[in-house]
Amino acid sequence: MSTELSQKPARRPDRAALAVAAVLIAVGGVIAWDASHLNAAVRYARIGPQTVPYVVAVGLAGLGLWTIIEALRGDFPEREPQEVRPVLWIVGGLLLQLLTIRTVGFSIATGLLFALVARGFGERRWWISVPAGVVISMLVWLLFARGLALTLPGGPLEHALSAALSALLTLVVPGSAA
Amino acid sequence: MNTLDLLIQGLGVAIQPMNLLYALVGVTLGTLVGVLPGIGPATTVALLLPVTYRLDPGGSLIMFAGIYYGGMYGGSTTSILLNTPGESASIVTALEGNKMAKNGRGGAALSTAAIGSFVAGLIATMALAFLAPWIVKFALAFGPREYFALMVLAFVTVSAAFGESTLRGLTSLFVGLALGLIGIDQQTGQARLSFGVPDLLDGVEVTTLAVAMFAIGETLFVAAQGRRAPDRVEPVRGSLWMNAADWARSWKPWLRGTIIGFPIGAMPAGGAEIGTFFSYAVEKRLSRHKDEFGNGAIEGVAGPEAANNASAAGTLVPLLTLGLPTSATAAIMLAGFQQYGLQPGPLLFATNPQLVWGLIASLLIANFMLVVLNLPMVGMWVRLLAVPKPWLYAGILLFATLGTIGANPSVAELVMLLVFGLMGYGLRVFGFPIAPVVVGLILGPMAEQQLRRALAISQGDVGVLVASPIAAVLLGLALIALVLPLILRARGRGQILAAVGADDD
Repeated sequence: MSTELSQKPARRPDRAALAVAAVLIAVGGVIAWDASHLNAAVRYARIGPQTVPYVVAVGLAGLGLWTIIEALRGDFPEREPQEVRPVLWIVGGLLLQLLTIRTVGFSIATGLLFALVARGFGERRWWISVPAGVVISMLVWLLFARGLALTLPGGPLEHALSAALSALLTLVVPGSAA
Repeated sequence: MNTLDLLIQGLGVAIQPMNLLYALVGVTLGTLVGVLPGIGPATTVALLLPVTYRLDPGGSLIMFAGIYYGGMYGGSTTSILLNTPGESASIVTALEGNKMAKNGRGGAALSTAAIGSFVAGLIATMALAFLAPWIVKFALAFGPREYFALMVLAFVTVSAAFGESTLRGLTSLFVGLALGLIGIDQQTGQARLSFGVPDLLDGVEVTTLAVAMFAIGETLFVAAQGRRAPDRVEPVRGSLWMNAADWARSWKPWLRGTIIGFPIGAMPAGGAEIGTFFSYAVEKRLSRHKDEFGNGAIEGVAGPEAANNASAAGTLVPLLTLGLPTSATAAIMLAGFQQYGLQPGPLLFATNPQLVWGLIASLLIANFMLVVLNLPMVGMWVRLLAVPKPWLYAGILLFATLGTIGANPSVAELVMLLVFGLMGYGLRVFGFPIAPVVVGLILGPMAEQQLRRALAISQGDVGVLVASPIAAVLLGLALIALVLPLILRARGRGQILAAVGADDD
């Protein structure tokens, strides 16, 4: 299920499909292993917390075997060639956002994500995409964090914005600063 | 009290000014997001669910109903003006609708789609209102084994019965079931598949999975196609008003589409696509203008669009009366109920009739709003289609992460979003369907609970599962739905199943 698998052109036997089968069987194995560690003492009536995991594990392994058969017979559908680079830009953007959002706040982290995704789709003008992303994210933050009371992590930018807003509010409506 | 009284009471709830406002915001947002290419109703509701978090349950569900119907309308606009339909259920609309737009009849195509959706939505929502109490009465007699059998049937029809491949459908389903195992076991309190990670103890959020699989997976997939197949937006040419001939050729397909679509949605038969394909085939056969099919026949837009909306309303029947989601969209709506601790089903009709009937009445109101909003404002929505891809997808990812972190402000949730997004991309590359994963995740734990209850009552005797006639029939149907397509595919390479969608020449 990783991105590089899809890069290889499909040959017979279908290697990528075999890899999918291997992943399915491995996941089935992990589920069965995990289920075997569950405390069966609370089990009564022959069914307990481990029963359904075992069924799912067997199901996944069986589907893995079925996939192997289709892969060997060349029945698995052919895949379009995939371009890796745009995918990496977008994944990089998501990684950057989740790594920085706690420290720099929602607007900057998400603005960077915005710019990197746009880059993945061919937008090279950073001097447009980064500021645009940050400004849009800030407006979104304003709307959702202040307006709809969602909990979005704030950073220096958000604090400054909040301070400016309350200052503005006191100017317009004296005595209403919260 | 009879249904009509309840519905009128519901309308009383729905026309309170605040609720009208929620419905208006819902239909506007729903159309706005639904019109974006590559975003279908399921993604729309998943992206917009967090917007409703801070409202009271009634208002939230009303806004949600608007988002749902708005997403459906928006999707049809996209498929008519752009040849890459935003949702699988609109593929058929794109066949004729896009041709009509190319021939300068885009206005009429949009009108017949919108009015057809309105007619179908109206009739199907009324059918929902009148059918629901009857099913609720029936469902009150259901015990754990009947529910379990019903869920097994839903699993099979969502994953294996239709579509290209039994293998890949079932694999998607089992991936969803496996994800559903993660977290604390409801009955014994033991952690399953959590590997000591505290963030996994609560399990996988349905909305996170849906946003990741649909929005992020789709974005990655589109990006990985490079610059292949640039989309061309057809300008809306020609009058929006349909002429007399258009009306004459549209009204029967609308009604037929509704009659075809509603039962398919109401039975756990998996997805709205099937109804649209059937409707298209029927219209093609009955039309006096067969030569126009493939070149922009208005019947081919009117029928399938009506079927599409009718089956969308139809999926609300099992969702509201049985708590059974039979499509990805319904699965996300169920998550919307659950965030308020509400469990749809027969009991909800008894304990919270105001909420249920307010919701059904809001669907009617949303439907009216949409037809009024959409036709005059279509030019504005169309402009959204012209947003260049980089900004469009950057915006989609902004909203995807916003919703996820807004719902659960933790970095771990963003990690899950990324992991499942990559998974959604991989599934797309290999041609695995996405909906069974989402349905498996939410329905899996529910089915397990019913199974364990049933077997606890019988002290472990598995025979009890088929001892009730209803459960036996449902499980029998599930077996047929699993085996029959396998035989059909093995014989004629699935001609009958393919016939549903074979007309796309």
